[in-house]
Amino acid sequence: MTDTLLEVRNLRIDGTVRPPGERPKDINIVEGVSLTLAPGRVMGLIGESGAGKSTVGLSTLRYGRGGLRLSGEIWLNGRNIQTISPGQLRDLRGREVTYVSQSAAASFNPSIRLMDQVIEATVLHRIMSRSEAQKRAVELFGALSLPEPESIGSRYPHQVSGGQLQRVMTAMALCPKPDLIVFDEPTTALDVTTQIDVLAAIKTAIRHTGVAALYITHDLAVVAQVSDEILVLRHGKMVEHGAVQQIIEAPREEYTRALVSAHSIPHEEQAATDNPILRLEDITASYEGKIQVLTDVTAEIHPGQTLAVVGESGSGKSTLARVVTGLLPPERGRVLFDDQPLPPALADRSLEQLRELQMIYQMADVAMNPRQTVATIIGRPLEMYFGIRGAEKRRRVIELLDQIEMGESFIDRYPAELSGGQKQRVCIARSLAAKPRMIICDEVTSALDPLVANGILKLLLNLQADEGVAYMFITHDLATVEAISDSIAVMYQGRLVRYGPKSEVLTPPFDDYTDLLLSSVPELRLGWLEGVVQNRKMESAGY
Amino acid sequence: MIRLAAQRIALGCLLLVAASVLIFAGTQILPGDVAQSILGRSATPESLASLREELGLNKPAVQRYLDWLLAFLGGDLGTALSNGKDIGESVAGRLGNTLFLAGWAAALSVPLAIFLGLLSVRYQDRTPDRMISGLSLASISLPEFFIGYLLIYFLAVKLQWFPSVATLNADMPLGEKLRTIALPVMVLTMVVLAHMMRMTRAAILNVMQSAYIETAELKGLTPFNVIRKHAFPNAIAPIVNVVMINLAYLVVGVVVVEVIFVYPGMGQYMVDHVSKRDVPVVQACGTIFAAVYIGLNLVADLVSIISNPRLRHPK
Repeated sequence: MTDTLLEVRNLRIDGTVRPPGERPKDINIVEGVSLTLAPGRVMGLIGESGAGKSTVGLSTLRYGRGGLRLSGEIWLNGRNIQTISPGQLRDLRGREVTYVSQSAAASFNPSIRLMDQVIEATVLHRIMSRSEAQKRAVELFGALSLPEPESIGSRYPHQVSGGQLQRVMTAMALCPKPDLIVFDEPTTALDVTTQIDVLAAIKTAIRHTGVAALYITHDLAVVAQVSDEILVLRHGKMVEHGAVQQIIEAPREEYTRALVSAHSIPHEEQAATDNPILRLEDITASYEGKIQVLTDVTAEIHPGQTLAVVGESGSGKSTLARVVTGLLPPERGRVLFDDQPLPPALADRSLEQLRELQMIYQMADVAMNPRQTVATIIGRPLEMYFGIRGAEKRRRVIELLDQIEMGESFIDRYPAELSGGQKQRVCIARSLAAKPRMIICDEVTSALDPLVANGILKLLLNLQADEGVAYMFITHDLATVEAISDSIAVMYQGRLVRYGPKSEVLTPPFDDYTDLLLSSVPELRLGWLEGVVQNRKMESAGY
Repeated sequence: MIRLAAQRIALGCLLLVAASVLIFAGTQILPGDVAQSILGRSATPESLASLREELGLNKPAVQRYLDWLLAFLGGDLGTALSNGKDIGESVAGRLGNTLFLAGWAAALSVPLAIFLGLLSVRYQDRTPDRMISGLSLASISLPEFFIGYLLIYFLAVKLQWFPSVATLNADMPLGEKLRTIALPVMVLTMVVLAHMMRMTRAAILNVMQSAYIETAELKGLTPFNVIRKHAFPNAIAPIVNVVMINLAYLVVGVVVVEVIFVYPGMGQYMVDHVSKRDVPVVQACGTIFAAVYIGLNLVADLVSIISNPRLRHPK
């Protein structure tokens, strides 16, 4: 057993759901998962949300969120951890296996200094003395390229950035010198330009310490950079297992092939017209006159085309949408719709102006009233803008449901009875019901799994072809941008750093920021991460 | 953070002034006046007028309020109309007694409530949690006079461990004093325990949903240390809040307990003088109670400001 660190045999995980007003019922989360991991190897667990990735990862610590029940055998360092006592289990957690979660910001105790949290497990399990552990933590902070490794530990979680916290959490996992680390989507919540630094830091740390890892993510391009082998999960069952190269270059299963080819949507760029449907002229906006979030933004959207607005969080993308919709009147500048200036404030706009400009949001969940049926939700704009009621309204709703490829059977359902992708489709139908000439899409696919997101993008493109509606598509995901846009606006700190037709924006020479942004998007090929990191080192060294 | 705290303190002072205005106004709209109640049946229009002149009841209300407020701030609480004694002196002794009783009740109930709260979180939805919740809810549901008489019957009459009447003298030794107030302290503890315990439990359970609790569990901490080190410090603000409300209740709301045990405290003093329509005493007591209430809640607010790391250590 010396060359096996972890062996999971026939893992099965069950849970109990308690729907309000119904009897509790048992559901199966994971079934028949088996895997073997040698010391120092990295296995990527990949699948869409609900595939059971995190649940399988946490089972190596014999931890079931919300009272999940584990069965099957989990052998770690030669013993089945299913049968050890609670005391032995506590000794295993934080000593042999550690965990890095998706949201470091929530996973640190807000009222304890970082250093005390980083060394807590190490000192608790008497692996090192307090001062030795602190010394090791400082070394790890340095190795993970955190700023001021000597003093960053004396700060509180809210005093460092999200990307830094994620690295501090990695240091926390490495500190007790564990045999296995479970990384649960450690870069998913980060901007692309931050993700690449964290990814590189994690990869280097794994290499140097020789620790084994389970790396959980839904992003195949990310997992390909750090893993030796990949296990694909779907609906709690194993789909395919193999070396990284085999999975990305010669996937055997249909589902894996779909994952690998996600995002390959063909879309021909269209040329700008003479009559833009929307013109933004020198928009400058701020919140309460204090923090200026937009500075001199000028852009155009043409009928039936898509302008993608890209940037990291805090770059002013969503604020731009608020200005266009009238939620935030700008300090300076005008919004022209069809060459007519729109009143800056929402309250001053006519019903007709409201109808022509619709919006779809990131969180479809909270954008719908949970106590209204699909018929009511989609029917509302029909009633409000066109005065359509009764049987006629229902007929139109069914038409719209057909347009979003869902059909009549969904008409009397409540939002809670829909999947994430279906909810977003209903939101799309609701905005289409107003027969708008332009729709603002604010990160509409960010909360969805890649395959589901792909379906939504295809739907949006089809609707554009049929209805001639223009989109202002706000996103941080460059792959999406490439798939659907005709022109692109790159935003950074409230300014447009690059703007023009897609083919021009995505063709070198780039400005520094666009270059950084584009080169940070993970690519599905081996050695991509090393290549980028190497390039950046060369550049910063002055080559 | 200091600005926030200063704002809160200023607000507290303003609230106190507002409360004193309300108390003053309240005593003014009571039917009849002091002169009438002092003279009773012997009142003639002439004697009433001269007594009102003597007591300053003829001055405009605003001026009387300001006179009273300034004297109050200077430490002069005025003279009781009913017996001509200095209110300040009587209140000092009474308030001391009330604080003595409330202090011991707090010293017993606060740590006990927090400990029981921690214990119920540790054994959530299991036997110890259910027992703690059941017993403390039972004790809060019974009226305090009932608990009082129950304790008197068993502990004072049957077992004769403690005296049934809590008459306190200034020259008793401390041990004797504690034995004297044992029963009222027990009643008060049982009355406030449940509220504090339930809020401690709820506040900590709320924090237990956080992701950092999972982090602590996955580090291998024992369940009790997870609660003590990671959950409790983040639940301090709501806990202090409910503790302060209950402390205020211990000072302000103990009238019934004081009456049962014939305890010479503030509550009894005030109730006596309400029935005598002795306005200056009622005003003074009311203002002191308001000050205690506002002061303790101010402390709770300050603690929650201080316990918030985001305010204590800005970016």
